[in-house]
Amino acid sequence: MSRQANRGTESKKMSSELFTLTYGALVTQLCKDYENDEDVNKQLDKMGYNIGVRLIEDFLARSNVGRCHDFRETADVIAKVAFKMYLGITPSITNWSPAGDEFSLILENNPLVDFVELPDNHSSLIYSNLLCGVLRGALEMIRKLRYTANA
Amino acid sequence: MADAALFEFLHTEMVAELWAQDPDPGPGGQKMSLSVLEGMGFRVGQALGERLPRETLAFREELDVLKFLCKDVWAAVFQKQMDSLRTNHQGTYVLQDNSFPLLIRMASGLQYLEEAPKHPGASPVWTLPGSATCCLMWNSARRLHLPSTNHCLQSLALPP
Repeated sequence: MSRQANRGTESKKMSSELFTLTYGALVTQLCKDYENDEDVNKQLDKMGYNIGVRLIEDFLARSNVGRCHDFRETADVIAKVAFKMYLGITPSITNWSPAGDEFSLILENNPLVDFVELPDNHSSLIYSNLLCGVLRGALEMIRKLRYTANA
Repeated sequence: MADAALFEFLHTEMVAELWAQDPDPGPGGQKMSLSVLEGMGFRVGQALGERLPRETLAFREELDVLKFLCKDVWAAVFQKQMDSLRTNHQGTYVLQDNSFPLLIRMASGLQYLEEAPKHPGASPVWTLPGSATCCLMWNSARRLHLPSTNHCLQSLALPP
């Protein structure tokens, strides 16, 4: 009986670490393939963008959120619904610009960086840049969908 | 606690990216891309294996290893177990998955059969067990059969 229970928790543990470890292997490989950190950052952003344009459909299908009426609402949905659903964390929203068109998402416990240490020679590497790409791709798709729906 | 869908998205993108990088379209280039992906999978599997408690990997015999692979590893990675495991009790095992999650999103149809081998053959997951069960030496001969895009058959011939 206890062996079965152990099995369940092991699977869950493996499952949650799998994504983190796979991402780490990806960044390591990209660092080998590209000579400088800037290129790796660009590549991560591009890959994130490609993921984001597909992830947004998965998100809309699973989350049932309605249309956001302003940018603040968008920020809330990103932090409290999307991040929670996909990464199990709720980043904090801070640093709103005076015009209300820029804000910062601060991730206290970023699951992507579990077990990760950046060596000194990669000081300009943006390790989690994939997330930026995902957000960019997803939000761009939303904007396109909105214009298509209105037309 | 990353959502399971994230792994699938990331994996698809990784294959697309690492495949596209190699300028050599012939079998030499393909092999290189495959081994890069395999290497990544191996590292991931090794790390996963290190994270598990010691007793989990204390297998008494080969069949236990395969059962661990089909039940625990598959459930952890794909949220389902392997559909069937057959053996001739002489070192050859056939693992069958009727709805392999990494392929299931591809439309079924002959034109995709050419693309499909990139994905499972390239899937890091095939080498995960090689490391998660790192107490065994996996110099296995693996052949992948794809009767249709949704079926995956992998035969493993383990050395004596």
